[in-house]
Amino acid sequence: MVKKVITGNSAAAYGVKLARVQVVSAYPITPQTTVVEKLADFVANGELNARFVNVESEHSALAALISASLGGARTFTATSAHGLALMHEMMHWAAGARTPVVMVNVNRAMGPPWNIWAEMTDSIAQRDTGWIQFYGESNQEVLDTMIQLYRICEDKEVMLPGMICEDAFYLSHTVLPVDIPEQEDVDRFLPPFESAYKLDFDNPVSIGSLSMPHQWYMELRYKIAESMENARKKIVEVDREFGKIFGRSYSGLVENYRGDDADLLLICAGTMASTAKDVVDEMRNEGVKAGLLRLRVFRPFPNAEIVNLVQNAKVIGVADRSISFGNQGPFFTEIKGALYGKIPTKLLKNYIVGIGGRDVTTNTLKSIFRNMASIKDHGLDEEVTWVDLKR
Amino acid sequence: MQGKEVNCDTTTKTIYAHLFPPLIIMYEIRFHGRGGQGAVVASNLLAEAFFIEGYDVQAFPYFGVERRGAPVTAFTRVDTKPVRVKMQIYEPNYVVVLDPSVMLKTDVSAGLKPDGFVLVNTTKKPAELKDKIKARVFTVDASGIAMKYRLGSKVAPIVNTAILGAFAFAAKMPKIESVLAAIRKGAPVKPEENARAAEEAYNSTVGE
Repeated sequence: MVKKVITGNSAAAYGVKLARVQVVSAYPITPQTTVVEKLADFVANGELNARFVNVESEHSALAALISASLGGARTFTATSAHGLALMHEMMHWAAGARTPVVMVNVNRAMGPPWNIWAEMTDSIAQRDTGWIQFYGESNQEVLDTMIQLYRICEDKEVMLPGMICEDAFYLSHTVLPVDIPEQEDVDRFLPPFESAYKLDFDNPVSIGSLSMPHQWYMELRYKIAESMENARKKIVEVDREFGKIFGRSYSGLVENYRGDDADLLLICAGTMASTAKDVVDEMRNEGVKAGLLRLRVFRPFPNAEIVNLVQNAKVIGVADRSISFGNQGPFFTEIKGALYGKIPTKLLKNYIVGIGGRDVTTNTLKSIFRNMASIKDHGLDEEVTWVDLKR
Repeated sequence: MQGKEVNCDTTTKTIYAHLFPPLIIMYEIRFHGRGGQGAVVASNLLAEAFFIEGYDVQAFPYFGVERRGAPVTAFTRVDTKPVRVKMQIYEPNYVVVLDPSVMLKTDVSAGLKPDGFVLVNTTKKPAELKDKIKARVFTVDASGIAMKYRLGSKVAPIVNTAILGAFAFAAKMPKIESVLAAIRKGAPVKPEENARAAEEAYNSTVGE
């Protein structure tokens, strides 16, 4: 095991190398570019024995990988924001064709106005495409999750594409110490890809042709929904097994940080959750029973896990680094849905933070906990608050 | 290191007993420069130098347009326990200014801790900057040193490695040997020339 001080994007590239990906296709976009650069280096210097397919757009990148995956190859792409939006059509295609493509998406705000900084709207807008979605909080988690993702996505009971998201700059361009696992350990954990639906000249099948309403379209959609349900337990199992080999695991779908006896329970994802751990410790030292749940997986959504973990909370705050215009933060809406009818009504509050990369500081998070403390004593002030908004 | 002993549990004490100094609070360093000078690489190499000494580290940039000459800020954090906080640095222990022209628009000493310093790449002496910077000042002619070792061009010298040598002198950490090792390992080009520039800067930094 080698420990290197590397960026999140570099960690992602090491994940690709260790997973012995066979076909890479990607189009550069800030802040994802350095993933592609590093992979181009790995392929050029022979460290990664893969075909690097140069394309003219993200749409073509994913189209190339769907074909490569159907041909039986392990595939990878990386993108961000507008690149992901351009992939949208092909994302449906990748899931519908049951190709376990793995992607790194660097979470970046959508323009205009032009903005290259952290926001989760780009990936959350892909919620319904049938992709498994992870959100990382450290470079180590990005690398480790990539290796886990290939195991989860390529499982015969899953066979769906998946992405790991990293916050723009806070992970993509931040150097942190990362353990680079040994290749032989990764090989032991991640066997070569064997497609359940490989294109084969001797046994030809048709993929993606017309399916009329009275035929099998609806049933094929049902199978995707079913596979996504299967992914729940796979995610937990794979994470546990990863822990046995590599000594690191990430609590499956939701990480519980001092949340068991917390009165004020904050739920969020990405790097702000990492910062929030320091804030929770500080609040605890001041005698405030603060806690944190970190959403590691957004699809499949951890409904049951959240219901179990919020039982003792008096106030639940949900911090969204995105906004669904015309409603609320997307995590908030889903968490409310998860809790409805499962537990007695709780005080629930939504905080919109860090839009367009606005720095989510320890002070931002402290102000959220202070507001939650006030809600505990005086009741809900308003359902949704934009925090650190200039007025 | 200015003898900053803080609460630290016995496990931490044991694990980091090999470190010099063994007990510190988190140290935060902020870099101000312009695109092309290497502020981002400087912040990364400083993290690497501390990492070589056994510390946990973090470094990252904040820039607008990705253009030569545009203002760039970069951050390095150093701690004896894992650095979890992921936000910009508002109250740095130390500030490093790679291009003094940044000071025309930016208050580089904003939020600086009382016992901190501002290290500036300039041919001036610290006393000459007193009206601009209300803090302890160190200066070094990093541009001149970079030119001497042919790092970058005359219009755009790459001063990042020289300024790191100066930082090691001013902060008395990390050891200059660690800085040189980090440069030799991580400098994108001319590792030896960069290391020699850092060493020369270490020996020619002026304080108050």
